[in-house]
Amino acid sequence: MTTPVSSMVLVTVASFIGSFGAVFLKSGSAKLKKGLRHVVNVRVAIGVAMYLLSTVFFIWGIKHGELTVLYPLVSLSYVWTLLWSRLFFREPITGFKLLGVAFILVGVFLIGLGNR
Amino acid sequence: MSSPLYTLFDPIRKPLSPRQSVVLVFFCTLIGAAAQILMKFGANRLPGDITHPAEIILAVVANLYLLGGVSLYGVFTFLLILALRDGELSLLYPVIGLNYVWVTLLSLAIFRETMNPFKALGVTAIVCGVVVLGKGARE
Repeated sequence: MTTPVSSMVLVTVASFIGSFGAVFLKSGSAKLKKGLRHVVNVRVAIGVAMYLLSTVFFIWGIKHGELTVLYPLVSLSYVWTLLWSRLFFREPITGFKLLGVAFILVGVFLIGLGNR
Repeated sequence: MSSPLYTLFDPIRKPLSPRQSVVLVFFCTLIGAAAQILMKFGANRLPGDITHPAEIILAVVANLYLLGGVSLYGVFTFLLILALRDGELSLLYPVIGLNYVWVTLLSLAIFRETMNPFKALGVTAIVCGVVVLGKGARE
């Protein structure tokens, strides 16, 4: 079984949208300091909407193709998030973070292999 | 009184330490995995012979497993936002990868899926990755 390029593109787009969902959740999370009800705000709503959108792309993408290829592409969102965190929140990219994400990517790939 | 459980009762006034944020995301992934399992149960119980959109919506809303799954996702999102408030996104977000570990292990028990060396190695690698991230949080 081979994985169509269209599936890979869809799943990569899903990971991209999902990583921006995380950025919006993070930026909306600061309002929580003002009180519990402030957890519902525009940024959090956009973040949740982006997650839902990324789920649509993900389900659409995994209809065809191998999970061995597609699962690791989804976890690329962790790599994007490293970049966005540096860019938007000035979080340093440390050795711990790179090593941790590398382990997780390898792990997700292996679980995909095991599910064949 | 610095246990992660305590901070859940007073989450607004008390900022979380970097390590507490990681522990909170750890709990999130357990909730997320439970949500996924409920969704799977619910999806298995949906009738296969309905095609009309209204019928499908009615079947989904009447499905307690799916409703439970969606509610747990709500809890997941709230706790994740709480963790992200005080912690670094680049550190906390990859911890969600633990989800794969719980779903793999729970599927063994609930859906009688089989274990194999690839899954075992994969689970180990993800746990190692999360441990490394946790060490990074302590700096």
